[in-house]
Amino acid sequence: MDFDPLLLSRIQFGFTVAFHILFPAFTIGLASWLVVLEARWLFSKRERFRTLYRFWVKVFAVSFGLGVVSGVVMSYQFGTNWSAFSDMAGNIVGPLMGYEVLTAFFLEASFLGIMLFGWKKVGNRLHFLATSMVALGTLISAFWILSANSWMQTPSTFEMVDGRAVPTDWLAAIFNPSFPYRFAHMVMAAYLTTAFAVAGMSAWMLLRDPANRGARTSLSMALWFAVIFSPVQILLGDLQGLNVRDYQPVKLAAMEGHWQNEPGEGVPLVLFGWPDEEAERNLWSVEIPNLSSVIITHSWDGQFPALTEFPEENRPPVAIVFWSFRIMVLIGFLMLGLGLWSLYLRWRKRLYRSRTFLYATFAMLPSGFVAVLTGWITAEVGRQPWVVYGLMRTSEAVSPVSGEGVAFSLALFVVVYAIIFGAGTYYLFKLLAQGPEDTGPDEGSPPFETRRPKRPLSRSEDRLEEPGPAE
Amino acid sequence: MVEMAAGYEGLTFWLPLIWSALIAFAVAMYVIMDGFDLGVGILFDAPQEEAWRDKMMLSVAPIWDGNETWLVLGGGGLLAVFPLAYALLLPALYLPLIVMLIALVFRGVAFEFRFKAVKHKGVWNRSFHYGSLVATFAQGMVLGAFVQGFAVEGRSFAGGMFDWLTPFSILTGACLVAGYGLLGACWLVMKTEGALEAWARHWAQRFLVAVIVGMAAVSLWVPFLSPEIADRWFSFPNIVMLLPVPALTAVVALALFRTLRTGRTGTPFALTIVLFLLGYLGLAISLFPYLVPPDVTIWEAAAHSSSQMFALVGFIVVIPIILGYTAYTYWVFRGKVAEDLAEEGYH
Ligand code: HDD
Ligand code: HEM
Ligand code: HEM
Repeated sequence: MDFDPLLLSRIQFGFTVAFHILFPAFTIGLASWLVVLEARWLFSKRERFRTLYRFWVKVFAVSFGLGVVSGVVMSYQFGTNWSAFSDMAGNIVGPLMGYEVLTAFFLEASFLGIMLFGWKKVGNRLHFLATSMVALGTLISAFWILSANSWMQTPSTFEMVDGRAVPTDWLAAIFNPSFPYRFAHMVMAAYLTTAFAVAGMSAWMLLRDPANRGARTSLSMALWFAVIFSPVQILLGDLQGLNVRDYQPVKLAAMEGHWQNEPGEGVPLVLFGWPDEEAERNLWSVEIPNLSSVIITHSWDGQFPALTEFPEENRPPVAIVFWSFRIMVLIGFLMLGLGLWSLYLRWRKRLYRSRTFLYATFAMLPSGFVAVLTGWITAEVGRQPWVVYGLMRTSEAVSPVSGEGVAFSLALFVVVYAIIFGAGTYYLFKLLAQGPEDTGPDEGSPPFETRRPKRPLSRSEDRLEEPGPAE
Repeated sequence: MVEMAAGYEGLTFWLPLIWSALIAFAVAMYVIMDGFDLGVGILFDAPQEEAWRDKMMLSVAPIWDGNETWLVLGGGGLLAVFPLAYALLLPALYLPLIVMLIALVFRGVAFEFRFKAVKHKGVWNRSFHYGSLVATFAQGMVLGAFVQGFAVEGRSFAGGMFDWLTPFSILTGACLVAGYGLLGACWLVMKTEGALEAWARHWAQRFLVAVIVGMAAVSLWVPFLSPEIADRWFSFPNIVMLLPVPALTAVVALALFRTLRTGRTGTPFALTIVLFLLGYLGLAISLFPYLVPPDVTIWEAAAHSSSQMFALVGFIVVIPIILGYTAYTYWVFRGKVAEDLAEEGYH
């Protein structure tokens, strides 16, 4: 059999990075959410916030662990699989990722220990500081890695010396043209992913146990966030689309499924359809006249470059980009819709009781993850055939390794990730089945003192595989 | 050395030199810090009592992630300041690196899953043990392959998928298992009490014997790998200057034996670190200034000065801060492992 190292490396990279991003997308948001919970506990001294913290921190720990192990894999793949890329772009992408290690990974990893194990070893304030540092670390991490990725999308301020990109202005390289949009959109994506995951998990707990106070508080807080920020995310997405228009017109044409400009006519918005690359048109398309012109050029019949205006070898795979983009946008609007529905139910005082709503919220649990993945697929597949836009083709970036070797590693990753993902999900749902402890109508109970006398090891309610009351 | 740096002046001469020292520092930090928690994993199969395993794992659970981050710094740092070395070494070491990464996945998730499991505790015990063992062995083979050198043509690796696999790299793999095992056992001597501590002392002595045999074997073998290395060690003024390295190693090993028997708790760990550093120094002497032996020097592999300078600023400003809060975390969790860590309410 003939194994193609290029194709297999692409599949392997796409697979491992997609797996990795699921966890940061969740932990960036959860870390900040834990900061909020701990702050509310410190200020209000209400015991239920501390109970909630102790519950969600377990969820956080599982996700963070999976994020770390899959991230370490990523940091070596640029060399193992894309060595020609590393040689060409290492002068710029390398230091950006180096700064990520220095300013983010160490911070997260060190304070994580105190956050998880240190509550009785340090005071409340120091513990709060540790939580905050972990949250800050996740945001700094996103900053640098998105800067590196954005530079690959919109490379700027460099010169080519002996076939290698050498930076001429670091500040401009960090804040390259697509970076501010990507950073804002991604961080908001992470927050929304967390909000819907927390809301979905809380809905699941409420469906099983409608009286669970902790689940109610979590659901309510998460939904407030969703109501406020899903419109913001749609706005940020629109801005990012305009940035794509300016810097990667062929990607935009693929996202819109825009094959041809007709003289003097506006561009319709293709709602659905199947882009046919052979025939260079969309099959079975449903269109709204002139809407694309309005969204993209802000004029009734403005035009923007169409796919057929670019040579075929410079176009990305259209159908993948077109569809993944639509899925993401659809989810954006579904999120907005669920938020508005929750407002209505709050007003009618039925938020925790409407089972239809709780089922819908539970169904939306994975929505953020799906939107994040399809968003990245839009961005990354839309950048093809380039690995560094306009500078280096993906086909030139691959390492001189054998196809058999990559086939072996890819198979290994698929099997191993399936196992740990399965185990992780299993333990997460065990945790949820157990739910946060019910502290009763506790308002205003005294705070915990930190250095309590020792209690016996292994508190039974923390041992997950014993049958819980709800099973 | 001077002739190998010919044509490099000013910044292009000094920056690669400074950076090779800093990367060597990061790798040494990794080897020592992740070395002891991987070593705890290597020992994880041995104890009869589950309660011992709980303690062993708790002794490293709050700090292992920070330790592993030095590995990410090693890899990421190489890409940042010696991109050519990164682009040559990683494809050359494709299989052992992938196996190491997968093994680290198993050992990393075990921390979370083992505490959550009851029925399947055994699965995660094994995941932790074999993950640590395989990762260590793979790292040792990478080290061996590195010493042996790589086939390079132009700016890319030109060898085969299995070039790294030789009797020598298998030997270095086994040596590193013994070495990390020693570090792990001495860590446990420091962090645990009673029967568990005595058990760890016992294992430390076994590993120490293996380490000494291994170091001797490697030292005898290395000069024969290449005439250049033999020349470096055995030619006249060098042999006098280098003699202290093996001599000191012998002294430290002896002292280590004694402290393991006399009941000191912290000293064995400290001496093991010294032992590691001496071995590391010997290796550096054999290889300097090659970053991808036997062809590519640190100057040839260096990134553009602008990149090395930009990264250097970050390193010099941030590393002391990192060392500061790392030390703080170790301080918070100092002393013998207490059971109240498990009772934190987190697990
Ligand atoms: C919760 C997640 C989420 C949601 C609801 C949305 N997005 Fe998004 N989107 C992302 C998560 C995301 C992302 C994962 O963060 C991406 C991938 C790469 C990137 O920069 O951000 C992304 C990429 C991305 C791109 C491609 C950028 C590029 O190629 O550089 C565009 C044009 C949009 N988004 C636009 C939108 C619009 C108009 C949305 C509104 C309905 C929307 N996104 C909702
Ligand atoms: C910010 C960090 C990221 C960087 C630096 C990065 C870099 C790269 C590189 C070098 C490639 C080229 C190899 C290839 O074509 O397969 C690639 C492709 C790809 N990336 Fe990213 N990526 C990042 C994040 C992501 C994320 C988070 C996803 C999540 C879904 C993703 C999805 C993909 C996919 C699906 C491909 C394959 C495209 C194709 O081959 O057609 N990327 N990326
Ligand atoms: C291909 C690109 C990527 C590489 C090489 C990479 C590398 C890594 C590494 C090595 C870690 C582990 C750090 C530790 O030991 O503590 C990690 C974790 C993390 N990464 Fe990535 N990463 C990539 C993509 C991304 C993207 C696109 C994001 C988000 C925007 C991201 C955000 C994070 C965060 C927040 C963590 C902290 C731990 C967690 O929640 O999982 N990474 N990454």
